[in-house]
Amino acid sequence: MAQGQMAPGVQAGRLSSDELTSNFADLHPPYAPHEAAVAADRCYFCHDAPCVTACPTAIDIPLFIRQIQVGQPEAAAQTIFEQNILGGMCARVCPTETLCEEACVREAAEGKPVEIGRLQRHATDSLMARQGHPFTRAPETGKRVAVVGAGPAGLACAHRLAMKGHSVTIYEAKEKPGGLNEYGIATYKTTDDFAQREVDWLLGIGGITIEHGKALGEGLTLDSLRADYDAVFLGMGLGAVNELSCEGAEREGVCDAVSFIADLRQASDLTKVPVGRNVVVIGGGMTAVDAAVQARLLGAENVTLAYRRSRKRMGASKFEQDLAASKGVRIIDNVMPVAIHGNGATAEIEMEYTAEADGKLQGTGERLRLPADQVFRAIGQSFVEPGGVEIDRGKIRVSETGRTSLDGVWAGGDCTAGEDLTVVAVAEGRDAAEDIHAALTKG
Amino acid sequence: MADLTTEFLGIKSPNPFWLASAPPTDKEYNVRRAFEAGWGGVVWKTLGSEGPPVVNVNGPRYGAIYGADRRLLGLNNIELITDRPLETNLEEMARVKADYPDRALIASIMVPCEEEAWKAILPRVAETGADGIELNFGCPHGMSERGMGSAVGQVPEYIEMVTRWCKQYYDRPVIVKLTPNITDIRKPAAAAKRGGADAVSLINTINSITSIDLDSFSPEPSIDGKGSHGGYCGPAVKPIALSMVSEIARHPETHGLPISGIGGVTTWRDAAEFMVLGAGNVQVCTAAMTYGFRIVEEMKRGLSQWMDEKGYASVSDFVGKAIPNVTDWQYLNLNYVAKAKIDQEKCIKCGRCYAACEDTSHQAISMSPERVFEVIDEECVACNLCVDVCPVEDCISMVPMAAGEVDPRTGKTVEADYANWTMHPNNPMARAAE
Repeated sequence: MAQGQMAPGVQAGRLSSDELTSNFADLHPPYAPHEAAVAADRCYFCHDAPCVTACPTAIDIPLFIRQIQVGQPEAAAQTIFEQNILGGMCARVCPTETLCEEACVREAAEGKPVEIGRLQRHATDSLMARQGHPFTRAPETGKRVAVVGAGPAGLACAHRLAMKGHSVTIYEAKEKPGGLNEYGIATYKTTDDFAQREVDWLLGIGGITIEHGKALGEGLTLDSLRADYDAVFLGMGLGAVNELSCEGAEREGVCDAVSFIADLRQASDLTKVPVGRNVVVIGGGMTAVDAAVQARLLGAENVTLAYRRSRKRMGASKFEQDLAASKGVRIIDNVMPVAIHGNGATAEIEMEYTAEADGKLQGTGERLRLPADQVFRAIGQSFVEPGGVEIDRGKIRVSETGRTSLDGVWAGGDCTAGEDLTVVAVAEGRDAAEDIHAALTKG
Repeated sequence: MADLTTEFLGIKSPNPFWLASAPPTDKEYNVRRAFEAGWGGVVWKTLGSEGPPVVNVNGPRYGAIYGADRRLLGLNNIELITDRPLETNLEEMARVKADYPDRALIASIMVPCEEEAWKAILPRVAETGADGIELNFGCPHGMSERGMGSAVGQVPEYIEMVTRWCKQYYDRPVIVKLTPNITDIRKPAAAAKRGGADAVSLINTINSITSIDLDSFSPEPSIDGKGSHGGYCGPAVKPIALSMVSEIARHPETHGLPISGIGGVTTWRDAAEFMVLGAGNVQVCTAAMTYGFRIVEEMKRGLSQWMDEKGYASVSDFVGKAIPNVTDWQYLNLNYVAKAKIDQEKCIKCGRCYAACEDTSHQAISMSPERVFEVIDEECVACNLCVDVCPVEDCISMVPMAAGEVDPRTGKTVEADYANWTMHPNNPMARAAE
């Protein structure tokens, strides 16, 4: 029987352990100090800098880069953490190409922005490596806040509240804290168990306890939280994965990209993670790219990313699309799945070409068949309503500072409107914490 | 965060970063913005006598020199003192001081070298509530042609005389701002001290022409095809300023005279360097003109971080720390022997150290066909040129030899004892050891 990449079906161990280690190494390796100095020197210290405006957490980017220039990366990190306590993770996973670096004036001038993400990593790594927790907690206020979900929004909210002296209990459904930082991001973007190390470091502020295995509807109710705590923050993210609606969607070999990514992150030995020889990923967002690229890195021979609209409309950035292409992923746009065929398990996918007319997507009638022993669904996630709070277009309706329709209940992160990014979740969690603090200390 | 509160001549400011008397401090609007941005104090742009104010050129006032990537290293300026009416400036100063009582506000003054002129302006300045005055004996362009600015600063007797008048007619601290366009900075500093000055501030700008347009043959900045020397400032002048500050700080006649350090302060580190050489605070101009008032944020955070790392609770804990280490060449230890060492891991094989050493120094670096560069200890005099031209930090270092080792260049054993030129046998002036 064929071995390695040629092995049919869904198999583990397509590549050697060494090949896998090299494939899954840090996508943006840390700077050596000299590289950091050269990169930092390119920053112009712009006035009212466009990069700061583009950062959802409004980190003072010119200031922190200047602090690197003058030889104080730890002071730079302090500047970052004041605005974004998960600045270490954001440095690794932010789509900087569509945020700060896209706004950089040197991107406009030379097509080469200051590498803000890597500089942020340089700064945050140096502080996290050398020092303990950089903030001190205000005296205990006696106020207690419940946070649902230990993802980026919940952690940012909890940290800010704890810093202000409130005591916080986080309820987390999963075994580990971190949310998508731990379960939902490509392995090569956050290596060496960084997500857990970051949470441990964040908890160094004190005043935060995490209770695992608890979620709304599973031992917790919003009513009881409201009764037991002075305030509640909901940051539980999105609970469900959208299903494919084509024929054969239930066949063995069809699975969620989200679960594949989580399994990869949790795997202690990548040679044990199975992947198909011919993999098709349905979707066009970051999750689709993360799944497609990692399928290739695990040793799938052919990986195709199939997106129903044109490439321009893909949720994944140009950088992510190029990354996928550079890893050998074939991107086919304007196709939609029609059927998944096979004698039992998945063997082939049948798709129809599409065209957009008057904003409406329609099949052209022309079809395409690709061998596929594994099909990943990456067509979005949806929100599981907790009940009690008002919902707007499928997510919790919140004010600018995260207030829900229920008194004493705030929300932020992917379960509310806005872009589903770590950095956006951090900003929402932080801002809700400020508002909770104001409400709890009023009068 | 360490406490940056600074007391200079009894004048308190929340940090040691003052804006120097210069274009950024010419108006209430700018100064308010500066205080909002966090500057600890401001020396208001130099006031002249009552009457029609001076006029400025209507063309370019500044010229620049750049480092790589168009980084501004030096700025030259031909702007004169304030060209707004005295009354306007005084009213604005009084308003700003009233609104920012915790910040230092100093009035810079330049009036003719006549007692009446000083006697007339000083009470007016006192009424504003300014914390002190700074005598502008430094501007090297324009005003010096009219017998003011550096024309006074270059004559110690005038400095002493005017300072004395100011101490007589004004009861708050008097700072004398010195021009570097002079042979020996200790002379004007001593004159200021004799006149009763509470402090000196230095350096003012240096006579300069930044460049010549090779099509029009006009110096820059060019006014209708002609140029005039201007005052040079910015990062490029810092080494000159540090040396002058150190000379005053360690000279017996001026030692202990408070100093406000000026000259290319751009980062927290620059400020710390001035302060360890004896400056009680620093004044900044070009950095603000290049990057805006927000630049003070880095200076404050950086100095505070450094103080925390070093365990200094207040700025007075480190002011003057480096003065004992500034000495004359003749007292340097000639028994100290070092050798360059190249870290092969860090070397990127550019060969600049080799070119510098082979062409212009001591032929103490070898180059192999594989572009491996190594120090030849037998030739190395530890001149440091290779370190200075190496593009990689810490790739080449100067490693001191231990006492008892034999220097392969001289064949002599490295001595543990200190011995300087005054004791050296080659020195005809050296006294024989008793």
